[in-house]
Amino acid sequence: MANTDIIIHDEKDNVGVVVIEKITPNQDCNCWIMENDKSSKIQSKSEIPLGHKIAMIDLKEGDTILKYGHDIGRVVKNINKGEHVHVHNVKTKKW
Amino acid sequence: MEIPKSFLGYKRENGRAGTRNHVIILPVDDISNACAEAVANNIKGTIALPHSYGRLQFGADLELHFRTMIGTGKNPNVAAVIVIGIEPKWTKRIVDAIAKTGKPVEGFSIEGVGDIDTIAKVSKKAQEFSMWASEKQRVECPISDLWISVKCGESDTTSGLASNPTVGNLMDKLEPLGVHLCFGETSELTGAETVCAKRGKTPEAQEKFMKTWNEYNDFILKEATDDLSESQPTAGNIAGGLTTIEEKAFGNFQKIGSRQFIDVLEPAEEPTKGKGLYFMDTSSAAAECVTLQAAGGFNIHLFPTGQGNIIGNPIEPVIKLTANPLTAKTMSEHIDVDVSKILSREMNLDQAGDELIKSTIKVANGRLTCAEALGHKEFVMTKLYRSA
Repeated sequence: MANTDIIIHDEKDNVGVVVIEKITPNQDCNCWIMENDKSSKIQSKSEIPLGHKIAMIDLKEGDTILKYGHDIGRVVKNINKGEHVHVHNVKTKKW
Repeated sequence: MEIPKSFLGYKRENGRAGTRNHVIILPVDDISNACAEAVANNIKGTIALPHSYGRLQFGADLELHFRTMIGTGKNPNVAAVIVIGIEPKWTKRIVDAIAKTGKPVEGFSIEGVGDIDTIAKVSKKAQEFSMWASEKQRVECPISDLWISVKCGESDTTSGLASNPTVGNLMDKLEPLGVHLCFGETSELTGAETVCAKRGKTPEAQEKFMKTWNEYNDFILKEATDDLSESQPTAGNIAGGLTTIEEKAFGNFQKIGSRQFIDVLEPAEEPTKGKGLYFMDTSSAAAECVTLQAAGGFNIHLFPTGQGNIIGNPIEPVIKLTANPLTAKTMSEHIDVDVSKILSREMNLDQAGDELIKSTIKVANGRLTCAEALGHKEFVMTKLYRSA
């Protein structure tokens, strides 16, 4: 079985979490969807450290980030598939 | 895996079963700690539960104090109880409530006697209780006699990814077998509160949850001196990859799997609506939360951690699991169950849930937890407001 680089909680999620020390730009990454034990692949666009998120699809300003199958915030700056998703392009809807 | 249908526990007079067989020396108030600790030092097989409060409390705060004291004594992990207070009235109130379980309980007060004679008198009774309890044998109990509480701490991204979902997997497997389950942490559900509320089995449970969360949120907004968005998630959470409070809360929320809760409990309140999952209004501070859940009658605790929380409880064994491979390695003496292989896909959630069930049964049968072996006995009362 190929090593897992990225874990996705739920099939609906549009972000995954890096579970190796880091991924580098243009790296072909193996993804594991925990909910249904399926696999997929994605090519990264950014350097992303362990525990941080990667965009699984193109995301536009105003879009909702789904993790655990749930709304965890809104996109405040367009994000391309494979890019780092964090506080620089996503904000809470809470405050 | 076929889930074990039973464990070896201590059957109590009221039909509940304990995973432990403690004889506790319970001080009603802060100033009775010295006496309680002296007795526990004299008589082997007893433990004192010193704490910081119990004087001049009033209203809901005093009610919570009594509920915590009484609930701790009633917990089926406790075989017999000695209650020591400065004066007889509050002592008797606690003794009488614990006595309803049918277990041996006796109260003593210090005023008019002094510490030394009280210690002598109490020690004689404590010796009797300790020797009586030592004769108790574990017997086969149905798995539905397990009352399992959960709370996570020192969380990082591995908590939401793997250790919390492992607990959720266990809940999904054990709830149909008739166990009682309890989650809490009102504050750390912020961001997931509306989704959490929808997990209420009835409209009443859903409304009660939102009322509880709103009261907490109003209190935070009233007391907050700065924008809470600077604190939640914390700088450490952000460094670890958590972006928003919603993300943190949904990580926490994984602990209940796909279960629905049947009722919302006050802090330290005993559930009365039968088997199933309950939400208890608690602080997110580890020792306070577990102390309240133990007082609610829960007899075994599951504690997922990321960075390595080390908490234990004097009467409720606390089983720790982590999915953080570094924590599993550097803090191995604190980790009962290592599920870090989920991250490398050498283990799936189903397997991790099974491992956790096996460990839970072992601990229920009497295996010491890491926290017990290391002597962690954090008994921390929750105080609602300042005393009179």
